[in-house]
Amino acid sequence: MSQRVKTPKIPLDRRRTTFQEVAQTITPEEARQEAERCLQCKNPPCVKGCPVGVPIPEFIAQVARGDFGKAAETILAKNALPAVCGRVCPQESQCEGVCIRGVKAEPLAIGMLERFVAQFAPEQSGPGEPVPELRGKKVAVIGSGPAGLTAAADLAKAGMQVTVFESLHAAGGVLRYGIPEFRLPKAILEAEIEAIKALGVEIKLNTLVGKTVTLDDLRAQGYQAFFIASGAGLPSFLEIPGENLNGVYSANEFLTRVNLMRAYESKVSGTPVRVGKRVAVFGAGNVAMDAARTALRLGAEDVRIVYRRSRAEMPARLEEIENAEEEGVKFELLVSPVEFVGDERGWVKAVVLQKMELTEPGPDGRRRPVPIEGSEYTLPIDTAIIAIGQSPNPILFQSIPELQLGPKGNVVVDAEGRTNIPDVWAGGDAATGAATVIQAMGAGRTAARSIINYLSTEV
Amino acid sequence: MFEIVDKELLAPGIYRILVKAPLVAAKAAPGHFVIVQAIEDGERIPLTIVSAQDDCIELIFQVMGVSTALLAELEPPAKLPALLGPLGIAPEVSPGEGTVLCVAGGVGAAPILPRARDYHQKGRKVVTILGARSKELLLLVDRLQEVSSELHICTDDGSAGHHGFVTDLIPEVSRRHKIEEVLAIGPLPMMAAVCKITKQLSLPTTVSLNALMVDGTGMCGACRVAVGGETKFTCVDGPEFDGHLVDFTGLANRLCQYREYEQTAYDGYRKERGECQCLNG
Ligand SMILES: Cc1cc2nc3c(=O)[nH]c(=O)nc-3n(C[C@H](O)[C@H](O)[C@H](O)COP(=O)(O)OP(=O)(O)OC[C@H]3O[C@@H](n4cnc5c(N)ncnc54)[C@H](O)[C@@H]3O)c2cc1C
Ligand SMILES: Cc1cc2nc3c(=O)[nH]c(=O)nc-3n(C[C@H](O)[C@H](O)[C@H](O)COP(=O)(O)OP(=O)(O)OC[C@H]3O[C@@H](n4cnc5c(N)ncnc54)[C@H](O)[C@@H]3O)c2cc1C
Ligand code: SF4
Ligand code: SF4
Ligand code: FES
Repeated sequence: MSQRVKTPKIPLDRRRTTFQEVAQTITPEEARQEAERCLQCKNPPCVKGCPVGVPIPEFIAQVARGDFGKAAETILAKNALPAVCGRVCPQESQCEGVCIRGVKAEPLAIGMLERFVAQFAPEQSGPGEPVPELRGKKVAVIGSGPAGLTAAADLAKAGMQVTVFESLHAAGGVLRYGIPEFRLPKAILEAEIEAIKALGVEIKLNTLVGKTVTLDDLRAQGYQAFFIASGAGLPSFLEIPGENLNGVYSANEFLTRVNLMRAYESKVSGTPVRVGKRVAVFGAGNVAMDAARTALRLGAEDVRIVYRRSRAEMPARLEEIENAEEEGVKFELLVSPVEFVGDERGWVKAVVLQKMELTEPGPDGRRRPVPIEGSEYTLPIDTAIIAIGQSPNPILFQSIPELQLGPKGNVVVDAEGRTNIPDVWAGGDAATGAATVIQAMGAGRTAARSIINYLSTEV
Repeated sequence: MFEIVDKELLAPGIYRILVKAPLVAAKAAPGHFVIVQAIEDGERIPLTIVSAQDDCIELIFQVMGVSTALLAELEPPAKLPALLGPLGIAPEVSPGEGTVLCVAGGVGAAPILPRARDYHQKGRKVVTILGARSKELLLLVDRLQEVSSELHICTDDGSAGHHGFVTDLIPEVSRRHKIEEVLAIGPLPMMAAVCKITKQLSLPTTVSLNALMVDGTGMCGACRVAVGGETKFTCVDGPEFDGHLVDFTGLANRLCQYREYEQTAYDGYRKERGECQCLNG
């Protein structure tokens, strides 16, 4: 029985100095071999593990036959951005995590196959099957991240006039300003966005809904339904002394300077970013891994992930934890920051850390970290990056006082993505709090279906 | 794209531009600002909306470094690739009688004008103190005069009005008027100095902070500042705050974060353009 195909990666020395994509695409030969390993389960658990229900055994069988174009169509029916998902889904906790092959051997490399197949996707040409009653109806999508883009594509395919409003000067949401080039090349994102525009979707940049225009303005312009996909952009801080010292960044600021403002290409960019020699990144999710690996590439010598739980609890994708480690990122585990210490010029020069231990699992099954008295020590650093989470940005919600919000500032929605306002839907991180790309896309798809229903029957 | 429809040199290194941005103009209120990019991939910089005129907004800026220099290069009908707004909180001014003291330093005259005008239109009495380094750098004198019942001028070099700082005049003005509140906008050291005096005089004081920004929507935290011991984001919680609670030292420190980079970038820019080192003079 053949082994799971290995992810081809560019050489390690290059990874530390360039922003070139680390993981490479497998060859057609490798793809076919990998596809042969699929058991074609009758009741495939992998499909249930995928938040959007990609027909996995079906597309894998098509790959095994060498029918890559057909495989792409199979995926596209459920997943509008396979090139993105193949790269960024936490497959080990979704589709691959429940693969039957994985019980005795390694699970199928579903993500890698999906990414491979995405290259053979047919050109999306114009709207698909328009629903006659929907012709000319206008829908506004707020936010151009994965949730907004997916919904926009589905709504446009149904024949509606869709406008996506985005506050930044470029579309893509976190895929643009958060996830770095070495993990998701901007060219891939560009291609996906172009394909969605080709469906007739208009993307209006530089428009902060709630400030530049309000929902009522848009209603007056004839928009009949709204999908809020404004993400979870508000960074959390540690709220410890010294956090406003120079050299202390939120991961959002650090990554935005690098990705959106292209601070790593100083020739084109007007926006500076500063990385010292010794960098501490607080948190251990995807955001933290991205910040740590970006810092290394910008010339930092010692980069540490500082996390208050242990390795087993790190929420980042497995592949990124491995990549970070290979590239030389160190892990300072079971510690929590107490205070940043500044030098006489107001720059951070150290962080005081306190050791933690994990309790027995509580009722939620999670082990809680508790501080060990008297275990404080000082780690010299000159840059700190805080990546401990984000919550939904309230700007838009403040302009819609009647919108019902949950305790964490997220929009409350039902299973179809409907809010308490009849013509307003929401989904993605804005509704769930920081989650995943594929969940955001799933929410976009669900809401689009519900909006299509609503507009073809009720209005 | 946002077309520049008019441009005027107000003083050495200080320009006024009118930019076509109908949606922003329709929503702009006194105290709002915008974020603009002068060129694609350029820095996103905040500028106050001085006024909204039909489809356009009026911006006044001083050339400080590369981004403002690039902005100054654009001639109508050039277009700005990005402009976002209106941003920040526009304070509600309630109609009333009380006197407001507006203290503006340097290019701070631009952001203070719409606020002073608003006070004036709501029936408040406005006393203005306007300061600059020298006479030629005094901005918007006529327009501030129109909305003020008294306008005091001072220059650092004595070339016009009082010879000295804006702060020199505050005690005297506050003796003659029953001042209800103070609004101070200008360079950070000036606002800090004003706050020191008004605190002694127990005059409630608002300042408008010019933190470094990236997105301007609360997404990055670059613009954070401690106010009354709490971290605030200047772009969404401000830009105006209670001056007696602002940690000016901390903010001044944060404004220096990229000084070396800015200096190198600006020197490089001027070398490329073959300019001498005296752009402002
Ligand atoms: C650094 C980083 C790495 C990540 N890595 C992964 C990963 O590997 N795998 C994974 O599955 N997930 C990852 N995630 C999480 C994932 O990116 C998000 O869950 C997903 O992007 C959420 O999509 P969304 O469409 O809801 O919102 P977003 O992608 O956040 O997009 C929201 C958009 O709305 C815009 N917006 C906000 N408010 C307004 C307004 N009022 N008017 C107009 N526009 C507005 C924002 O500018 C933004 O462009 C990562 C997140 C980050 C930050
Ligand atoms: C809400 C808000 C409203 C503003 N309104 C106006 C306005 O109406 N007109 C105007 O001329 N300016 C205004 N500013 C300041 C303006 O944004 C900066 O002058 C500009 O970003 C400088 O960019 P630069 O690249 O040209 O200079 P840089 O190269 O960034 O800076 C040059 C020098 O100026 C210092 N500096 C940089 N940014 C600031 C700043 N924000 N405040 C003080 N010093 C700074 C730097 O440390 C450096 O020494 C405002 C700022 C804010 C936050
Ligand atoms: S979309 Fe994500 S979870 Fe679904 S099959 Fe593809 S990689 Fe797996
Ligand atoms: S669970 Fe694994 S082996 Fe079974 S169909 Fe899915 S991918 Fe193939
Ligand atoms: S400028 Fe980014 S949060 Fe204020």
